[in-house]
This record gives sequence, C-alpha cells and structure tokens, in this order.
Amino acid sequence: MDCVSLCQVVQNLGVADPSIARFIGLLIGVLLVSGVPLLTVVILIWYERKFAARIQDRIGPNRVGPFGLLQTVADLLKLLGKEDITPASADRILYNAAPILSFGSVVMIWAVIPFMYSANPPGAYVGVDLDIGALYFIAIASLGTLAIMTAGWASNNKYALLGAFRVVALLVSYEIPLVFALVIPVMLAGSMSLVDIIYAQSSMWFIFIAPLAAFMFFLSSQAETGRAPFDLIEAESELVAGFNIEYSGMKFGMFFAAEFLHVFTNGILFAVLFMGGFLGLFHELIPPLGFAWLGLKGALIYLCFLWLRNTLPRLRIDQVMGFNWFFLVPISILNVILTALVLKLMQVAGWAPTDFASATFLEVLPITVVLFAKDVIMIVMIMGRVVLEGREARAAEQQMNEDLLVTAAGD
Amino acid sequence: MGDVNFFLWLAFVVFTIITLGGAIAVVTTRNLFRGTIWLMVSLFGVAGYYVLLEVPFLAAVQVLVYIGAIAILFTFAVMLTRSLTALTDRYNRPVANIVGAVALFALLMLGVILPVWYGIGQPDTTIINAAVTDTEALGAALVDKDGFVLPFEVVSLLLTAAMIGAIVIAREVEEDEKGKRG
Amino acid sequence: MIPLWLYLLVSAALFSIGTFGVLARRNGVAVLMSVELMLNAVNINLIAFWRYYTPTEINGFAFAAFVVVIAAAEAAVGLAIIISVYRSRHSVIPEEADMLKG
Repeated sequence: MDCVSLCQVVQNLGVADPSIARFIGLLIGVLLVSGVPLLTVVILIWYERKFAARIQDRIGPNRVGPFGLLQTVADLLKLLGKEDITPASADRILYNAAPILSFGSVVMIWAVIPFMYSANPPGAYVGVDLDIGALYFIAIASLGTLAIMTAGWASNNKYALLGAFRVVALLVSYEIPLVFALVIPVMLAGSMSLVDIIYAQSSMWFIFIAPLAAFMFFLSSQAETGRAPFDLIEAESELVAGFNIEYSGMKFGMFFAAEFLHVFTNGILFAVLFMGGFLGLFHELIPPLGFAWLGLKGALIYLCFLWLRNTLPRLRIDQVMGFNWFFLVPISILNVILTALVLKLMQVAGWAPTDFASATFLEVLPITVVLFAKDVIMIVMIMGRVVLEGREARAAEQQMNEDLLVTAAGD
Repeated sequence: MGDVNFFLWLAFVVFTIITLGGAIAVVTTRNLFRGTIWLMVSLFGVAGYYVLLEVPFLAAVQVLVYIGAIAILFTFAVMLTRSLTALTDRYNRPVANIVGAVALFALLMLGVILPVWYGIGQPDTTIINAAVTDTEALGAALVDKDGFVLPFEVVSLLLTAAMIGAIVIAREVEEDEKGKRG
Repeated sequence: MIPLWLYLLVSAALFSIGTFGVLARRNGVAVLMSVELMLNAVNINLIAFWRYYTPTEINGFAFAAFVVVIAAAEAAVGLAIIISVYRSRHSVIPEEADMLKG
C-alpha cells in the first residue's frame, strides 16, 4: 500500500502523468514522515520542560514567545552558534557519524507508523506497510544503541567509554522484555504489520487484553530511551554526562533531540500497539481526526514517561540490571507462554476469535476477561512475592541493626 | 517496467560495494573498533541482498541479530581487550593466505558459478512468482512435525547451552584472579 | 531480475575474503569477525539458491534462519573464550594460547 494512497491524492489533484504523480507522492510522503517528527521535537522539548517545571514547583521557560514557546528555537540558535569541537584524540569519522546515526535511527521508526485511516485503497496512511513492521522497529531501535556506543568509544574519553559500556549492558538487556512484550500484540493480531495490529484492535484495545505486556513495554521502552530511573548512560553524578560528554554545539543537540523524539516515538508506538493507534470516534469519517487521536494517545503515554522520569530517583547499575534479569525477563517469558496457551485453548474451544480484526465486541469479550484476569492474578502474585521479600529483607536488616546495637552496648 | 529493473540493478551494485568493501575493510583494518563498524556495514549490505531476494523477514532478522546483537557483542569484546586492538603486525603469512583465498575463489567460480552461469538447470521463472516468503510459512514449518521441529528444538538447546557456556567461561573466578594479580 | 550467478559471485567473494581473514588475522576477535563474514556468505548462497530453484518449499529459508541462530551462539561462546584467554594470558592472539603444548 505504502505511498499508493498519497499518489492517488496527488493524481486526483490534477497531475495527469502517473509516474510524475508517483514521484510527487513519494516526495511528499518522505517529507511528511521525516519532517513531522523533526517539527515535533521543538514542541516536545518545550512541553517536557514545562511539565518538569510544574512537578518541581517551578514555572519553566516563560520569557521567549508566548508561554515560552520559542525558548527551544532560541536554544537551537544558541547551539548552532557554538563552536563545533572535535577532540584531537577522537576518531574523527565515527565521532561525527554517531549523532547522525542516533537521530536517524529514531526518525526511521516513523516509516512504519500508520498515521490515519484511508478508504481507497483500504488500509492506512503509512510510510511503508511492512509485513514485519514490529520486527523492523526492534531492528532499528538497536541501531540507536550502536550510535551511543560509537559516540562513547569515538570520543576517546574515560567517562564516555564508561557510558558506552553501560549502554551495552542496559539497552541490550532491556531489549529482551521489550521484544517479549511486543510479541503479545503480534500474537493477538496474528501479524507483525503495524496496520494489521491497529485494525485487530477495532473492537477492543490490546491494553485491556494484555495490561501486563503493556506495562512491560512501557517500562522497558523507558529504559531503552535511557531516562530516569534508568538514566545510567549519562548519570550526571557518576559519569558527568556519559557518552555525550565530549560533544558540543549541534552535535550534542542532535543527541538531545534524538532522545526527546525517541521517548515520544515510544509513546506513539505504545498507542499503536496497545491503544488502537488512530482508531477512535469518526476516524473513518474524518481521517485527519484519526491522526489527532493517535497524537492524543501518544501524548498521553508521553506524559506518563515524563511523569515516571520526574518523580523517581536514579537507580544503581546493579539494581537496574537485577530488576531486568530477575524481574522483567522471567515475568515477560511467563507472560508470553501463558498468553499463548490461553489464547490457543480459547480459540480451539471457539470462545475467542481467530481474526480479531473482524470480530465484534461480544466475540472479543470472553478472551479479554480471561486474559485480563490472568494478568491481574499474575500481578497480585508478583506483588505479593515482592512485598514478602521486602518484609523479610527489612526484618533481616532490623535484626542486624539490633545485633550491632547489642555489640555496641557490650563494648 | 524498465525503470524498476534499473533501480534493482542500482541497488544490487550499491549493496555489493557495501558488502564487499565492508568485508575487505574488516580483514584489513588495524583499528578493531572500526573493524566492527565495517562488519556492521558489510552485514547491512547482506540484509540489502535479502530485501532484493524478497525475504524481508530475514533482512530484519539480519539487522536485529547481526547488527543489534552480534556486532555489539564484538564491540564489547574489542573494548574489553582494548590494549591490544592495534597490533603492530596484523597478519600471519599474508601472501600465502591471499593466494589461498584467491585460489578458493577461483575454485568456487569453476565449481559453482560457471555451471549456473552456463545455465545448467535454468531456473523456472513461474516458480519464482509462486514463492513462499511469508513469515507464517516459516513459523509453521519450524513447528511442523514433518518439517523442522527437531532441528528447531536442537537449535533452542544449542542456544541455551551457548548462553550458559558463555557465562561460565567468561565469569571471573575471583579467588584465582586475586592470587595471580596479588 | 538479477541473475543467480551474480549473487553466487558476491557470496563466493565474501566467503573468500572471510577465509583470508580467518587464516591470516592474528587477533582472535578479528578471526571471529571473519567467521561471521563466511557464515553470511553461506546464507546469501542458501537464500539465492532457494529463491531461484525451490522457492515453493520452505527449506532454504528455514536453513538460513538456523544459520543465523548458530552464528549467534558461535559469536557468544567464541567471544567468551577470547575474553577468558585475555584474562589469563593478556593476549588475544590465538597462537599464544598454547599452555597445553608440551
């Protein structure tokens, strides 16, 4: 489908030659898909700064333009005016290529995100409707890891290299729960194409069918972007600035923008995978409304990411890794196994639709209730275990303190 | 569709340059970190071939597994063994090995490529159009009892064994290390 | 369509380059990287032959997938061994790990 719908639009506007219409359509498509995210960054940074300021009981940027809206533009101009330094001992080519790769890897994800409903041909407006859209997203996200590693190594700086090491540990580890969480919508929709996943949610959002997977996806994508409480890549208090310590001017700006955009992209992806993407009231009647729905849902998740970032302290590296390997990974594996089992059993018994896209609300209801109940039971059991372990740990600690007091008194 | 064919050829040439250029850089570079980057470039070219051969699933797996995991593992290993990344002499017996590699290439040319070129067993284009390249077929074949279920299980076991083995081998034995360094 | 023999040519060239790397490079990590190149050459061959001769059967595709899995396992274990050798011998040159030599 890819740009066909756009080409159709161009042709309808009066461009007679089909190959020229195709070319113009492609050009508009590329500009839209890469331009929209670029423009969003300007707003995102302002929004995040305002939000963080409110949480920290400040006002935030309010001088440049109405409500400080032009603050980001001013910052951008400042960054552009700064001296562009390449350290003498840095690996020149890799050092300069890393920011481009970092930003590029985020923008490339947008190629598979469906924006709005399209009636003719039936489907959605999307850069490319890849059969393997979900896999593409994972593959491209791993390029971002590579960019950060390259930056850390090429800067030839101890702190940057330490940051790069942490990237290997953190991002590669958190990719595992991310993939396992992603498997569940793919399993439910029976397709890896993001358009198919959206249409499979026409009668029920996957967040209700698989809340645990959604939560896992939320947490691990927060870790993937390297933000608090997982921001060990650039932990200011330990590594000064981590991998981007040697970067200045617009090269730093690109890392900065890539991070903001990555968070928002993850929000949009969450909306696509678990909240029905552009589906909403009148999304067929007025397609641009679908775009607004998608943006709204993505912004909501983005808000949650910011909320998490601004309220939780940074964890230690061993805590972060332990949380992943001993908590997220086992639970996500168990979740995939249980969901697959329940889904298949229900489908064989005829209580669940084999094709979610054409199922009615009543047909989807039983599987939703069962899987939701399964997730609730899992969460209760996990939390119970966590509480018990916490109690034991506290009791042991108290015992130790008392012993210490006794010995101190004895002296 | 002459223009489509032109772009196919263009893509093929570009991917060939990327793949072979990257590969040559991998085996000749002094700086091993750059070597891993070149390896990624080369493997990315291979992913491009998979796209040209209409197996997008394998292309994505290629990027995910090779570039996202294996190459990053290599970068990690290069960083860990950093002091020796730039050895003064890169090769053992380079001339003899170049001759060997060229001889191997010639042998492959003679044995495999020339027969195909001269059309022994000319491929049937009607079959190509009826190809199964969808991921669903692969998934079904992997768990089909007449298909690949046994190799699939063996490979899963192999991966588990490799994971455990890698952890055991690479884990630092603290007592020994302290004794040696002390 | 691009003729099959061109794919085979690229694959053969990649395989030869990889072989040269395996035989000639002194650094163990570089040797492993060359092995990856060879495995990829094999994969191109498998997929190309499959696409041109028996595309209606899944075998070539499945084999290529297995090759990827085995490459991953090989890289993990190989690098673990290299890091382990580096720890005890402070060298990444395979020839210098000769403690078992009499």
